[in-house]
Amino acid sequence: MSAAEQALSTGSGMPLALRGPAPVRVVAGFGFWLFLLSDIILFAALFATYSVLSGSTAGGPTAAELFDQKHVFLETMCLLASSVTCGFGSLAVQRADARPLYFWMGATFALGACFLRMESQEFAAMVAAGAGPSHSAFLSAFFTLVGTHGLHVSLGLAWLLIMLLQVKTLGFQPMVSRRFFSFGLFWHALDIVWIGVFTIVYLGAT
Amino acid sequence: MFGRLSWAAIPFDQPIVMGTGAVLGLVLLTVFLLVTRKGAWPYLWREWITSVDHKRIGVMYMILGLVMLVRGFSDAIMMRTQLALAAGHAQGYLPPEHYNQIFSAHGTIMIFFVAMPFVVGLMNFAVPLQLGVRDVAFPKLNSVSFWLTASGVLLVNLSLFVGEFARTGWLAYPPLSELAYSPGVGVDYYLWSLQLSGMGTLLAGINLTTTILKLRAPGMGYSRMPIFCWTALASNLLIVAAFPVLTATFAMLLLDRYCDFHFFTNELGGNPMMYINLIWIWGHPEVYILILPAFGVFSEVVATFSGKPLFGYRSMVLATMAICVLSFMVWLHHFFTMGAGADVNGFFGIMTMIIAVPTGVKIFNWMFTLYGGRIQYTVPIYWTIGFIVTFVIGGMTGVLMAIPPADFVLHNSLFLIAHFHNVAIGGVVFGAMAGYTYWFPKAFGFKLNERLGKAIFWCWFIGFYLAFMPLYALGLMGATRRMQHYPDTHWQPMMLVALAGAVVILLGIVLTAVQLAVSVRQRRIHHDRTGDPWNGRTLEWSMPSPPPAWNFTEMPNVERTDAYWHMKKLGTPRAPPGSFADMKLPRNSPIGVFLAFFTVILGFALIWRIDWLAGVGLVGAVAVVLREAWNTDLEVRVPGEEVAAFEHAHAAGLEGNRVASGGPA
Amino acid sequence: MAVSTQRHPRAHVAVQTRDRICSGASLSNDPRASRRKWTHVTGILCGSLLLASCREGPLDPYGPIGQAERIILYDATTIMLAVVIPVIILTLGFAWWFRSGNRRATYRAEWEYSGRIELIIWAIPALVILFLGGIAWIGSHELDPPRALTSTASPLEVEVVSLDWRWLFIYPGEGIATVNYLVIPTDVPVHFRLTSTSVMNSFFIPQLGSQIYTMPGMTTQLNLQADKAGSYPGLSAQFSGPGFSDMRFTLRAESGAGFAAWIAQTRERGGVLSSPTFTELARPTRGGGELTYGSVAEDPFESVAGGHTKTHWSLKEAL
Repeated sequence: MSAAEQALSTGSGMPLALRGPAPVRVVAGFGFWLFLLSDIILFAALFATYSVLSGSTAGGPTAAELFDQKHVFLETMCLLASSVTCGFGSLAVQRADARPLYFWMGATFALGACFLRMESQEFAAMVAAGAGPSHSAFLSAFFTLVGTHGLHVSLGLAWLLIMLLQVKTLGFQPMVSRRFFSFGLFWHALDIVWIGVFTIVYLGAT
Repeated sequence: MFGRLSWAAIPFDQPIVMGTGAVLGLVLLTVFLLVTRKGAWPYLWREWITSVDHKRIGVMYMILGLVMLVRGFSDAIMMRTQLALAAGHAQGYLPPEHYNQIFSAHGTIMIFFVAMPFVVGLMNFAVPLQLGVRDVAFPKLNSVSFWLTASGVLLVNLSLFVGEFARTGWLAYPPLSELAYSPGVGVDYYLWSLQLSGMGTLLAGINLTTTILKLRAPGMGYSRMPIFCWTALASNLLIVAAFPVLTATFAMLLLDRYCDFHFFTNELGGNPMMYINLIWIWGHPEVYILILPAFGVFSEVVATFSGKPLFGYRSMVLATMAICVLSFMVWLHHFFTMGAGADVNGFFGIMTMIIAVPTGVKIFNWMFTLYGGRIQYTVPIYWTIGFIVTFVIGGMTGVLMAIPPADFVLHNSLFLIAHFHNVAIGGVVFGAMAGYTYWFPKAFGFKLNERLGKAIFWCWFIGFYLAFMPLYALGLMGATRRMQHYPDTHWQPMMLVALAGAVVILLGIVLTAVQLAVSVRQRRIHHDRTGDPWNGRTLEWSMPSPPPAWNFTEMPNVERTDAYWHMKKLGTPRAPPGSFADMKLPRNSPIGVFLAFFTVILGFALIWRIDWLAGVGLVGAVAVVLREAWNTDLEVRVPGEEVAAFEHAHAAGLEGNRVASGGPA
Repeated sequence: MAVSTQRHPRAHVAVQTRDRICSGASLSNDPRASRRKWTHVTGILCGSLLLASCREGPLDPYGPIGQAERIILYDATTIMLAVVIPVIILTLGFAWWFRSGNRRATYRAEWEYSGRIELIIWAIPALVILFLGGIAWIGSHELDPPRALTSTASPLEVEVVSLDWRWLFIYPGEGIATVNYLVIPTDVPVHFRLTSTSVMNSFFIPQLGSQIYTMPGMTTQLNLQADKAGSYPGLSAQFSGPGFSDMRFTLRAESGAGFAAWIAQTRERGGVLSSPTFTELARPTRGGGELTYGSVAEDPFESVAGGHTKTHWSLKEAL
């Protein structure tokens, strides 16, 4: 048996880089993680644009005038709480335990939906007040940055529903578990991006 | 009902376009009829269109690139002809509204639909073979990536016959690309086709990075990886890091154009300079995405045909990764003249020069690989030596323009055009041709015709110098780029020489097609019996040509760089496998081509503002993805007996070959 | 074939070379004779290209900025050629000497590393870049477009507005304006302030030196000077649409007295640059010839540079 094969069987001693192809679970997780990094770079470009254009209000309303910090704080709490529930849901996946899974992921969905509802309310109010995205560069940048995050959250919620359906129909097979793992990564990453949004956009407006 | 689409979108009044359309239609019809006559559709569907095999997908990328080379090069010939004619008061034969589309299409096609497919195709084909593994990390995603690129190609080509293309140059700077100054569908064609293919490229970047970092044969640590895999890693890391910026930037321009946003418009606070910064933050890494794999090809070729290991492997790796990181720190050198100020200009000028250091190191390492070698003058070595000589000139003119005050008089001139064609042709094209020739026998089991290969090289080499040296001179005489005509009649002789050069290159392209046809006809003469036609050093040569779908029956155990070379020296080039287990391969999948179908509909509908059709495209694409989510039939089993039969046949062939050539026992 | 070689003594060289290329013979067969001939041909071509480029453009400057930039071009190129030419020669030399047919060459089958060579190959580019980096930093600062030129004469102020597709020049101090041409005195620094009505352009007079972008809603600055009287062609160096190629203009440098005379003449010619005339000027026009305005009722520069005057052109108008 070659040294590599030995290491593969004992799983110890030999450095990771020499052990041959990684298992599917690791490969899938790593690939999704890379995708998330690329997504964060997409957000970085939007953040940079927002930073540059945040002062270009074209005589219209400014950030300080528009943002309701309390409202945003509540939104943030919803999203952060949904990450906690998602964590518990991920544990349930690992245990292949359906009931807690539906409970915790259901809570995640509800909290995420709350976040989205509050955000749409904020957007609608701004548009009604004549501060829609076509009124200035600052507003275009704001709606795009925060809206892209909201779009990701929406897609995440849709993905969550699909995943719950998959568990129901396919059970806890490895493919489904891997996808839940990726979903968890996605959901937590959205949280991290939101921290950035909250800090740079909302707190930065004061 | 049909948005902005109407019969007026078809350019009935443009004879060149209509003629091209007629010819193209005829060609497509003929191909369609021939394939149908031969009953080859099931074969094509099964073996190519729905294939998730990296080798097949790599070949399809190369075919795509070669076909689009014809389109992009036709644009080039048209431009050269126009400039050869339009001196003094002459206006040439292409009025600005056409000429401006042609140069925009030329740049867009050459970068996105020729160079990228060549490079991604080579990496797709060779990397898993060099790493000693069965396929890339996500084979189905690989197919999706290819087909998304093909969607972009289809949309770009549609723009020729239905509507128009962008008239903004290949990067579509605002405010010119905003709705106010480009109200037609041209910029929309540009944006949507690049968003689609960009998504495909990003997914390919994720795929190949994961493959290189997580899927290698046992024992292949990072310092034992072939150098092409290192350059592929750097290139794919750049794809993952840079393409999201392109996606975001184009999305913002699309929002400006479709939803009345004001990112880059002239009114309500928009800032076109932001676009220029963002697009070049993508744009500079993009050129390194293209050149690094070409560097990798040259490293492999020069070592193989010098019969000695690559000189300075470690410093090559260091230089590659340094280029990878530094490529994100130089973007402003594309617009020194936008007025960022002396400190900023100076900083980026210096950073640009710093990136020239690892590039210079690479050149020296290649030279010292040649030194002390026993060089065989095969076609790939011709391309390599041609590259070294040509690329250093292009690099020199690049470093020259990295000095801001020098750039102040050379920016956007024909000198700039000559520089980037110098490095793109001398680097990327020469590398693609070298890789194409080098790996062709591995892909198809026979070599390409050598004589024609050398003729093709000379056509490109001589044609390049004829076409672009006059442009260096013209740039130094004050000629700017994107001119549709020029008043200085004494520039015309140089434009004529440049046209002659383009014609010589055209001959090279024609010969490439001829070479393919001749080589196919001569395939029995140039048959690659052993799988190792070049006495190679890396693992892909340890397999039969073409390799079986599963690549390695048994994954090799790697003990050092140039793994196959050392296996040969130890006398165990291909240890016969102990047993023949069943092979589990990923099943073919039609989701790639289905997604392409629906995304083309989506893209076309968005371009022409046909809302219901866009809905159809979107729903269709989502449906394809959802259907696939429930697909549990993902693998196909190749029975051990079939594997054994293949291995025995190949071993018998090798033995027969050894006996026939009177080799040692 | 035999007849043609008799008529043209050099034809047989071409035939031989063609045969050699087409038969795919290696570079090493009979290298010297054909290589000498190709070297001659290449040399003549390169030489003529170089000579051609010296008669106009950035290599033929008539002002301090352009002259400084030309020095940088020459110095940097020379330094780099000192590395590039040996690299090319060595590459071709190695490639030829170590060809597999040459048994006199030592085959170093395992030689893949040498610490000393590594040091040198990192050091050479690093040193060159260190030097050029210094030129880049210093040059960036000394030749920064907004930086005023050192001169005893006080600068002439000129405002530049790039239109679709021509150039408007306003002399705020003199109260005149011109289109598609401008006149300046020799040996006097000119301070340009530039903007654009619609899309980006780049103001460039190759024989005087640096170019600078013109951008809508923004002001850029440039300082140039002409040391010799003459006529210098100018153009836009940033693609701006259908009429881009027609955006040519001329800068005439005249002696101080000549310039003063031209100002006086221009004032007498009449023509007023006012808001309606400017609006007319801003309509899409290709080229449009030279125009002169003897007085400026309303200087549009500040309004355009402040982003208050925007033009939109419809494609139909533009074509």
